[in-house]
Amino acid sequence: MIRFIAKRLGSGLVVLFAVSALTFFLLYVSSGSIARNILGDQATAEQVAMKEHELGLDQPLVVRYFSWVADALSGNLGASWFTSEPVANSLATRIPVTMTMVFAAMILIAACAALIGVVAAVKRGWVDRVVQVGAIVGDSIPGFVIGVILVTILAIQLGLFPATSTISPEAGPEAWVYSMSLPVIALLVNGVTGGAQQIRSAVIKQLERDYVRTLRSRGIGEREILFRHVLRSAAPAGLTVLSLQLIGMLGGVVIIEQIFALPGMGPLAVAATGQSDLPVVMGVVMYTVVVVIVVNLLVDILNGWLNPKVRVS
Amino acid sequence: MSDSVETAAVAAPAPSLHTGQSGTVVRSTVIRRLLRNPLGIIAITLLLAISLLAVLAPVLAPFQENYSNIAKTLAAPDSVNILGTDSAGRDVWSRLLFGAQLTLLSALLCAGVAIAIGLPAGLIAGYYAGKFEAVSNWVVSILMSLPGLIVLLTIRAAFGPSVWISMIAFGILISPSYFRLTRTAVQSVRNELYVDAARVSGLSDLSIIARHIFSVVRAPIIIQTAAIAGVAIAIQSGLEFLGLGDPTKATWGVMLSEGFKNVYLNPTLLFWPALAMALTIGGLVLLGNAIRDALEDGEKIKHRKKVALTKGTTAAPARAGQQRKSVTAVDLGTEHHLVKVTNLGVGYPQADGSVKKVVDDVSFHVDRGEILGIVGESGSGKSQTAFSILGLLPDNARIVAGSIQFDGNYTVAPGEDRVDQARLSRLRGKRISYIPQEPMSNLDPAFTIGYQLVTPMVRVLGIPKEEARKRALKLLADVGIANPERTFSAYPHEVSGGMAQRVLIAGAISCEPDLVIADEPTTALDVTVQADVLDLLRELQQRLNIGVILVTHNFGVVADLCDRVAVMQNGRLVEEGPVRDILRNPKEQYTRTLLASMLEGKTPMSMLVSSQKEPVA
Amino acid sequence: MSTVEVQEIAPFLTVENLVVEYPSKKFRAKPFRALTDINISIGQGETLGLVGESGSGKTTLGRAVLGLAPVAAGRITFEGRDISHATRKQRRSLSRDLQVVFQDPYTSLNPALEIGAILAEPLGVQGLEQTAARKRVKELLDQVGLPSDAIHRLPREFSGGQRQRVAIARALALSPKLIVCDEPVSALDLSTQARVLDLFLQIQKDTGVSYLFVSHDLDVVRHISHRVAVMYHGEIVEEGPADVVTLDPEHPYTQRLLLASPVPDPDRQEQRRADRHRLLDIQRHQNEQAGVSA
Repeated sequence: MIRFIAKRLGSGLVVLFAVSALTFFLLYVSSGSIARNILGDQATAEQVAMKEHELGLDQPLVVRYFSWVADALSGNLGASWFTSEPVANSLATRIPVTMTMVFAAMILIAACAALIGVVAAVKRGWVDRVVQVGAIVGDSIPGFVIGVILVTILAIQLGLFPATSTISPEAGPEAWVYSMSLPVIALLVNGVTGGAQQIRSAVIKQLERDYVRTLRSRGIGEREILFRHVLRSAAPAGLTVLSLQLIGMLGGVVIIEQIFALPGMGPLAVAATGQSDLPVVMGVVMYTVVVVIVVNLLVDILNGWLNPKVRVS
Repeated sequence: MSDSVETAAVAAPAPSLHTGQSGTVVRSTVIRRLLRNPLGIIAITLLLAISLLAVLAPVLAPFQENYSNIAKTLAAPDSVNILGTDSAGRDVWSRLLFGAQLTLLSALLCAGVAIAIGLPAGLIAGYYAGKFEAVSNWVVSILMSLPGLIVLLTIRAAFGPSVWISMIAFGILISPSYFRLTRTAVQSVRNELYVDAARVSGLSDLSIIARHIFSVVRAPIIIQTAAIAGVAIAIQSGLEFLGLGDPTKATWGVMLSEGFKNVYLNPTLLFWPALAMALTIGGLVLLGNAIRDALEDGEKIKHRKKVALTKGTTAAPARAGQQRKSVTAVDLGTEHHLVKVTNLGVGYPQADGSVKKVVDDVSFHVDRGEILGIVGESGSGKSQTAFSILGLLPDNARIVAGSIQFDGNYTVAPGEDRVDQARLSRLRGKRISYIPQEPMSNLDPAFTIGYQLVTPMVRVLGIPKEEARKRALKLLADVGIANPERTFSAYPHEVSGGMAQRVLIAGAISCEPDLVIADEPTTALDVTVQADVLDLLRELQQRLNIGVILVTHNFGVVADLCDRVAVMQNGRLVEEGPVRDILRNPKEQYTRTLLASMLEGKTPMSMLVSSQKEPVA
Repeated sequence: MSTVEVQEIAPFLTVENLVVEYPSKKFRAKPFRALTDINISIGQGETLGLVGESGSGKTTLGRAVLGLAPVAAGRITFEGRDISHATRKQRRSLSRDLQVVFQDPYTSLNPALEIGAILAEPLGVQGLEQTAARKRVKELLDQVGLPSDAIHRLPREFSGGQRQRVAIARALALSPKLIVCDEPVSALDLSTQARVLDLFLQIQKDTGVSYLFVSHDLDVVRHISHRVAVMYHGEIVEEGPADVVTLDPEHPYTQRLLLASPVPDPDRQEQRRADRHRLLDIQRHQNEQAGVSA
């Protein structure tokens, strides 16, 4: 098991390295007159050259990449070209906002999708039909459109929720939950409908396996068969679905934060992208990739624990 | 042709013969089925209408996409601006139309790029495997772990605002979905025997791919494209909603963002682009679903019997409680039979209201210490009969006639149309047990063999775990496993098929049942292993004095074990009697034909059944 | 089958010292050896039965002859030509003389193609024009006892036995000299198996084709073969005339195999069972003695 984890961890690091290099070269090769962009049109050529030197842009790309890597390893992700704020600092203040929302939504998605999916698979009938229709509707409306609709109807028209959800530490947990409910709901609708649908098919597939019939013939009760055997075997498929949704959500949350004016990663990423503030963009990409790698590692470990065959190979 | 058995098999395809018929088939019938499905028609109409509006946008739109009338901002609908104007005085209807053009084109571009990369890569990786597959799998795992929107933000930061560049990038990013789909489909047919047959015929790889492999991926690709186009529209609109799109282009995302900025002044500005998005993506999702349904309908006809046989019976216990009623007493003088099946009929209700009978008017009995063989070819109903005694028929099966009694009590009383799960669950495991055909698939791969032996004993007999463990080890020794301790702690994939079958036999006798139902218990085994397992079954049956129903197609196995034999054909009992009578002096023509088909003792190279007529028909 | 008769048949397929190895999935691991030092030969109009249990390599040997298994060493000669590493182009001309019928009638026919198209495939590869091909397809259907309207039907509309007839027809399309039959009747019901075996025999009588007939069933092999080779763990352990090998075998494994297969009569089966137990005791005893002396 330890070798298995070490192997996965190693391949995660390779991915991290590959993505960082790819992103770095993509960003810096294509954007030509960075200094000119920062200083504006009226800057002299001399000023531009000085700025370029200051930012280290006059050095070869490869050299710059490795110095970036060296800095990044010591926790220094550079500073924004426009605000001069260290990237690591802006990330540190914004990650908690974004990640609480993402994890709240993920936990709710996992719980709701698993519950609905399993009930639909076991009971079939009308529950099943509702899940399938729900999946079609959920697939049809992008998450951020759901967010916009929620704000318009529940916050602006009916005044049930605050339209913007800025969290202030003094407000207390109740106010916090209240202000966060709309963005979290906007995040989770697609996840629940899609996840429930896929967990449903995974459970049905397991229920049709031969060993389920043999367990019944041995006098094992339906509940034990479902919870111990079927769900355990269906879990890897469910976990994969959820991890893919989490990856998607790291992007979706950017738009949701913009809609609800939340001080998370979203506004930072959008502003940096609009201005081509490359150190910040680089930082945002690195943070997402690290999150993804950690999540995938956890999923792999869980799968290895659930399935003895995976552990061996 | 004259062979009646083969034509009978067409009418009732045998589940055991339905091995890996992989691959989906696109035929004209699928299109017809698609057009008969109301959802399919809605989807196609919707998408055609939107495409038409998009194509005709320059003609239909009353204004240019960016023509703004400063004097008339946020106007309500009127005869000039039929959907009103936005905050810059631009016509909403015109912008919606031009937005549709851009949206559909960009979705097409994205799907096109993704297919152009994913399909060939998937074909090559699936067909040739090897290094190319390893490398592409690695690339795919990286691409799949990148959140789409973040990548597009990066691309935007690097290349500036362009719908086309971002959609090409997204196409690359999403190409793994086509790659995986294609690779999996190709792998499933690469080793199909018909591809081998084509190789033997000397067909080139290119012809094999075009002729035998591409047809398999065609339908899944269409379904996938519908889904991908929807995702592309959503993500592109999201990018524009964030204000990162091309500001000179009218798009639904920009319109939505524009509406959201003016949500306090005129919320209807939000409504139109949101509706347009939902209708377009919804149309694509519905189309994908309708195509899948149309394909599955075709599969259903092929696999109906298989689905029926493997589907669970989970819903039954819930209903059993409501159905409980006083069970009538069995006929006097039949109580001493361990099992008595009387005029049993089992059927499956069909879509058209009729009931397809798979077991018809079958009667037999088994006494304690006796082995009854049920012999028949595929589709004879022998397994269905066995499963109705176990109460493990599929959910949609109905008892259409007759009764089953076990040890003097009805498990299926006359007039009942399902097996009462409450009654059966008291008997299953404890007094009636089951040995399946396929050893490997009947053990849960996630649990050790020991766990799977111990748990039923703890649940059924109510003995403590430690005692159950001791008994399990003894059982493993009893069924001839040399190292019980090691097998006890092994996972199913760590033992051989023959050993797995011994484990299943140990499980079947673990709670000292009165009746064991063995469904082709040696069919999946090698002959030498079969002989050992037959010896084991005989020894256990004699020692424990249990009744056994042995379902098999093999007369040799019958001769080895059985006291009495029942021969079944097409759901009916042909004849029944002591084993020597049936094997030596069969009364019925069908039994005689079956025995004549046996090769043992026949003159080599003689015609077996068609000697009377030449040439062979 | 007298031995004199067998010797008269000049072998036109010979396999000498054949070794088949599959590369291991694991990095730097030893390749898996499926066949070790195989020597067989088949003459014109002759059937060589190949019998063994799962994992014995019998199917691999058939596939090696067809060019579907990697030959690591040794030679396969067909009509004097070395075909152990034939290219796809050489295979194309070989396919006129060398054909195959597979075990599983459900996966050996492409479910998306009509029967007519399946049967025309080998004809098309050889460049036969369409009208001639259609005529030949009709002949083939007639030869294997299928109705001519089968041309426009899909494989799924047929039963297992009928599909196997289609597979046989496809093998016969180019009038081959040798057909490799890989467990062609083991997926079929008993009565269907008998009919398909009759068909194989009738075809051999009519066309003089040779068979390499692979099966796990000693009874089937005895019924259809002139000579029989027994395979065990990738090697041939015994070979000889069919009646000798399948009724009075010499090799301990073949003896076990023979006595393990049950006969359809309770009293004779009881006898066979006793014989088997006695044989197992003797062999165990011999093994122990060998172990002691070694």
